Amino acid sequence: MSDTILELNNLHTHFFTDSGEIPAVDGVSFHVNKGEVVGVVGESGCGKSVTSLSVMQLVPSPPGRIVSGEINFKGENLAFASEKRMRQIRGNEIAMIFQEPMTSLDPLYSIGNQLVEAIRMHNKMSKKEARLKAIEMLDLVGIPRASEVVDEFPHQLSGGMRQRVMIAMAMACDPELLIADEPTTALDVTIQAQILDLMRDLNKQKDTGILLITHDLGVVAEMCDRVVVMYAGQVVEEGTVREILKDPKHPYTKGLIRSLPNLHEKEQKLYSIPGTVPKVTMDSVGCRFAPRCEYAFGRCFSENPALYETEDHRYARCFLYDDFEEQEVATHAGTDSRS
Amino acid sequence: MQEPILEVNHLKKYFDIRGGVFGKKVGAVKAVDDVSFTVNEGEILGIVGESGCGKSTTGKALLRLIEPTEGEVKFNDQDITQVNSEEMRQLRRDMQIIFQDPYASLNPRHTVEKIVAEPLLVHGMTNAKERKERVKELLEIVGLRAYHASRYPHQFSGGQRQRIGIARALANNPKLIICDEPVSALDVSVQSQILNLMSDLRDQFNLTYLFIAHDLSVVKHISDRVGVMYLGRMVELADKDELYENPKHPYTQALLSAVPVADPDETGERIILQGDVPSPSNPPSGCPFHTRCPQAMDICQEVTPTFQDHSDQHYVACHLYE
Ligand SMILES: Nc1ncnc2c1ncn2[C@@H]1O[C@H](COP(=O)(O)OP(=O)(O)OP(=O)(O)O)[C@@H](O)[C@H]1O
Ligand SMILES: Nc1ncnc2c1ncn2[C@@H]1O[C@H](COP(=O)(O)OP(=O)(O)O)[C@@H](O)[C@H]1O
Ligand code: SF4
Ligand code: SF4
Ligand SMILES: [Mg+2]
Ligand SMILES: [Mg+2]
Repeated sequence: MSDTILELNNLHTHFFTDSGEIPAVDGVSFHVNKGEVVGVVGESGCGKSVTSLSVMQLVPSPPGRIVSGEINFKGENLAFASEKRMRQIRGNEIAMIFQEPMTSLDPLYSIGNQLVEAIRMHNKMSKKEARLKAIEMLDLVGIPRASEVVDEFPHQLSGGMRQRVMIAMAMACDPELLIADEPTTALDVTIQAQILDLMRDLNKQKDTGILLITHDLGVVAEMCDRVVVMYAGQVVEEGTVREILKDPKHPYTKGLIRSLPNLHEKEQKLYSIPGTVPKVTMDSVGCRFAPRCEYAFGRCFSENPALYETEDHRYARCFLYDDFEEQEVATHAGTDSRS
Repeated sequence: MQEPILEVNHLKKYFDIRGGVFGKKVGAVKAVDDVSFTVNEGEILGIVGESGCGKSTTGKALLRLIEPTEGEVKFNDQDITQVNSEEMRQLRRDMQIIFQDPYASLNPRHTVEKIVAEPLLVHGMTNAKERKERVKELLEIVGLRAYHASRYPHQFSGGQRQRIGIARALANNPKLIICDEPVSALDVSVQSQILNLMSDLRDQFNLTYLFIAHDLSVVKHISDRVGVMYLGRMVELADKDELYENPKHPYTQALLSAVPVADPDETGERIILQGDVPSPSNPPSGCPFHTRCPQAMDICQEVTPTFQDHSDQHYVACHLYE
């Protein structure tokens, strides 16, 4: 257990809106080990970002709030930690990069100022030394003209350069965990390839654990060790990247993979999952995927499935796998690929 | 045998950059810089390239939604850059466009009925009952229901809104539809629904598409031929299987190798390009790709390679093949 750095345990984060309570994150459990890259995938609105914001306690509040559950980071439960404690954690032990880096860089300070501040928080260095270190790091993440860019402001950089600055920032604080929420979604593929390369280096060289949130299964295949699949606020299955992509268990994961147009195969017609992701409310009953599921049967519309163990010892939130004497598995099952 | 429905010759679109107190012209963004290609009747021509390379500008210039700076756009042998506005209005009946963001392109205060009926009215369907019937028919063609007609855009999901946009584009039985990133904003499972719909409609109504996207897998799936743009120029164009299996231009090779494939066994060599795309207001001399090209030679800095047929309708603009 000692190598687990982050463990979410039955996390519930809800939004309290005029039109009612929305369980955006509805009992989510998974973990990240030291040096591991774990992907969280699912379509827009399924709760990926709210999950990652919960870990950092950055859920917009109101209307959002962590209602219950645990977020264990190196043995400490951060779910209800004080703002003071969280400020020590953010950007130090846990770094975060977002889809739009503009939101996390301060537009009023030069790139250098922001990097120098981050560097000096972690290293005893003079301003001058830190500045040299900042230039070195910008260079390291592949920013051309690093010694000039260090004095430029965020708006003067392209999206790819800003994302590289964010990675330099994350590297500067040498975090144990990096949470990257769609870090390359706004970027072109050739720039995406550069950024993924940098993240892989960070992971390999510093053994940084990465929680990579993405909707792109290609990025997952390239980067992740393990994958957590979310649908409508819940984890529907989890496994190694190979298990999920080659042998998905949950009907949603299967459909998602079959819907992808493939670069190397010729297909006349694409598979498509009918309908769209539902809006979940507190009194939603049945399997959340039932209205779109080609395997749905009676029970799917009246009961909420737990995670069931499959024959090959994986877990999926689907009644199709409940044929072993209804042996229900505790909420935190399915996360243990180590045992 | 294959009749070109659209023929584009040396199309250019430069946007002026103005500065100073008098708003004098201080430079130009060469958004589209000497692009030529043809689209055959009934085919789907895909256009790919990174953000800012001029895909949308090309699409809009073809319909004269923005005025081309130079060049010829022949639709059924008629150069549409030379026609007057009334003739253009008539031509737009045959040439439609669908946008990426279906929400921004649908008036939020109008019902679906009104949105889809508008082009019918513009092109002379004055009988209200007839229009209502046609709207109903169109909604069913794109997989919506007749009762959706009375609803407003915000009451629909992204995929459904794209269906509304498609219904509107189909209203007057167009021949050519320019599709500018029609599925880029959609989730994978919904994206495949719309791609299937668009393929079906092409077959059903013998449509021709110019299909713009940045997702190479999507473009490969739907297109017959594919063109690759870089910094305002077309750098390669070929039959899709030929282009994806045998890319010639170093940029196309890098682009294809950078696409992450959802298969853990697919561990192809990646060509990681250095640096960012240069600014189109100050493109590099010679070959626009020479600042990032792993195979650049001396000549590449000075001479712009011409876009020419290398073999069997496989067009490429690169000194390696001259
Ligand atoms: N109205 C305009 N005025 C000035 N420059 C413009 C204008 N419209 C586009 N440009 C510039 O022209 C270039 C090409 O833009 P265009 O929108 O065609 O790119 P694109 O290939 O469609 O990119 P994306 O994938 O991001 O949609 C860009 O550098 C853009 O900034
Ligand atoms: N500020 C907010 N107020 C109300 N609901 C929200 C807010 N932010 C997110 N949600 C809801 O939470 C759910 C999950 O959102 P999110 O985590 O952003 O999805 P994604 O998986 O696309 O990152 C969605 O249904 C969304 O509507
Ligand atoms: S529980 Fe039923 S509806 Fe849900 S995924 Fe399984 S078969 Fe489909
Ligand atoms: S012309 Fe030269 S720089 Fe341009 S793509 Fe070919 S080899 Fe590279
Ligand atoms: Mg998100
Ligand atoms: Mg565009």
